[in-house]
Amino acid sequence: MRHVISLLIENEAGALSRVSGLFSARGYNIESLTVAPTEDASMSRMTIVTTGSDEIIEQITKQLNKLVEVVKVVDISEAAHIERELMLIKLRATGKDREEIKRTADIFRARIIDVTDTSYVIELTGNQSKLDAFIGAIDTGLILETVRSGVCGIGRGDRVLKL
Amino acid sequence: MVLTGAEIVIRCLQEEKVEYVFGYPGGAVLYIYDALFQQEQVRHILVRHEQAAVHAADGFARSTQKVGVALVTSGPGATNAVTGIATAFCDSIPMVIISGQVPTAAIGQDAFQEVDTVGITRPCVKHNFLVRDVRDIATTIKKAFYLAQTGRPGPVLVDIPKDITFAKCEFEYPQDISMRSYNPVVKGHQGQIKKAVQLLLEAKRPMIYTGGGVILADAADRLTKLTRLLGYPITNTLMGLGAYPASDRQYLGMPGMHGTYEANMSMHYSDVLLAVGARFDDRVIGDPANFAEEPRKIIHVDIDPSSISKRVKVDVPIVGDVKDVLDEMIRQLEAGEARPNPDALAAWWKQIEDWRSRKCMEYRNSDTIIKPQFVIQKLWEVTGGDAIVTSDVGQHQMWAAQYYRFDKPRRWLNSGGLGTMGVGMPYAMGAQLAHPGKQVACVTGEASIQMNIQELSTCKQFRLPIKICNLNNRYLGMVRQWQQLFHGQRYSESYMDSLPDFAKLAESYGHVGIRVDKPADVEGALREAFTTHKNDLVFLDFQVDQTENVYPMVQGGKGLTEMILSAEDL
Repeated sequence: MRHVISLLIENEAGALSRVSGLFSARGYNIESLTVAPTEDASMSRMTIVTTGSDEIIEQITKQLNKLVEVVKVVDISEAAHIERELMLIKLRATGKDREEIKRTADIFRARIIDVTDTSYVIELTGNQSKLDAFIGAIDTGLILETVRSGVCGIGRGDRVLKL
Repeated sequence: MVLTGAEIVIRCLQEEKVEYVFGYPGGAVLYIYDALFQQEQVRHILVRHEQAAVHAADGFARSTQKVGVALVTSGPGATNAVTGIATAFCDSIPMVIISGQVPTAAIGQDAFQEVDTVGITRPCVKHNFLVRDVRDIATTIKKAFYLAQTGRPGPVLVDIPKDITFAKCEFEYPQDISMRSYNPVVKGHQGQIKKAVQLLLEAKRPMIYTGGGVILADAADRLTKLTRLLGYPITNTLMGLGAYPASDRQYLGMPGMHGTYEANMSMHYSDVLLAVGARFDDRVIGDPANFAEEPRKIIHVDIDPSSISKRVKVDVPIVGDVKDVLDEMIRQLEAGEARPNPDALAAWWKQIEDWRSRKCMEYRNSDTIIKPQFVIQKLWEVTGGDAIVTSDVGQHQMWAAQYYRFDKPRRWLNSGGLGTMGVGMPYAMGAQLAHPGKQVACVTGEASIQMNIQELSTCKQFRLPIKICNLNNRYLGMVRQWQQLFHGQRYSESYMDSLPDFAKLAESYGHVGIRVDKPADVEGALREAFTTHKNDLVFLDFQVDQTENVYPMVQGGKGLTEMILSAEDL
């Protein structure tokens, strides 16, 4: 099962490697991991997408909680939540492709943020499947490069991950 | 008061009432050693290899419940310490290791004796720190001691670059520490404890299984009280020996791979199993699938939530300090009217006595060749069962655990989790320093002892009268045993050739060496060591039966019910 784990961690040197080291040492999967400081600069928030049985996810949560610098851990995928990922994709855009790409981008509510005679850079946010769908809708021959941020997640409504 | 970083380090150790620091100097810690030199409160024990420094500090901690402290230099000093740190980590021993680092400006420049100590040790410490500012030293060391001994204990490393040790700042030692990210649970959940007590009282075939956590929590007296109150059978793991008196009738011996038949059968066929400060290790329950075949309710008390439901599914988890939880269990039992069902319990004990009557620990003694088990039995007799016994790793470790009956906690020091050969003598050094007048015996083998044999020199310098009982079988005995049983008797590289004359080797360091060849001389040699040479280090080199194996045995990956009781079972 796929799970999205959010955690607050002291913003200290080496904190990220404690988390990633834990996953590699114990053989847990990381599908994606994003991290950046929160409004409180002394703390970072991390979103980890992982897969595993209920027992493994329980161990992952417990092991993360055991790290001295980890302040709080929540499996946000246990209840209603929102996931977003950012993708920047550079496409070869010449001739009639330019118009076609523009139309596809509009359908996905993507934005063209860089234009040259021969290329576009498109910015698109959404959940993973939306980003995958956009890539699917584009002729693969046109894709010059893609970069994705990995998933950021937040609980809906009253569910708040805070100190 | 304005002090240098090095002076602050030493002042912090003084504030923490550290009696001994085990270490080895080098370039990056010269200022710290200079500060150490100019005071008398903290005594430094100079070892001959950094691995032994950490092991000795670890042995000190295991025998006292205090935090063990080691001091090493950067680069090879730190890498040599890693085995010691990992050993302490696997057994949750409270320790603080201070390592020197190259100057801040040189970090990342591949400087002389530079390694990423924080990176290398990260997976085998409870936590570690790189100090980047002299003003952070005091708080960091305070945190290190706090982390090491609270919650599930463990080693904490503080890496200090050389320039930080001669920078200066105002010194003030923080009185207490609070960390928003670290709040270990102490009190167990009342409701869960109530559920556990009820389950225990309803049990028809109850069993108590406890590990190193009881020793670490200093809860042996509580455990004994609870066990006697209930009248239930109990087993202590390799790490938990001495938590319940081994000479008591309710004690069934050690469980697991080389545990007793009665302990393993009772574990397996119990209907309610109370696990305290133990972690259902592969060497204890064998194959978890086989263990799960028999339905039973499991109550698991542990301070570390990640130990619960890791290898076996637990019905009543209780996260908390073992001492507090046991206290609460006793309180509830004493306050309530309910008592265990006497008829069911009598029937269960009858079954257990039946298992016990197999006498699985019996072995065939000999008049001509020394049996290793016999040496341990004699050691127990000669020391009145009250020595601090350390061991290395292998057959001798198992024999010591099986045949030295520990009645008290903190008498048995061994590397249970990591299984590190070479810990025996440094553990004995740490324990002897912590308990100057006490009998300390190091049970070892000719292979293990050579992994830290250089420490005979440290023992000479600090006049440590430990008694080394070398069960010399000229083999890597446990490896040989597995090769005999599971690898077609192909003894690949398990023979120890070219051994020194250990007695003469010990003598060359100024110690006493005694070689023992005959069973009839075993007791006399031990008495000579512990009485005539009470104040000397004695190296007893027992030439033991080369072919003796450790039984009973559960083969790796098999279940607890599939035991080999003796060579006849093969």
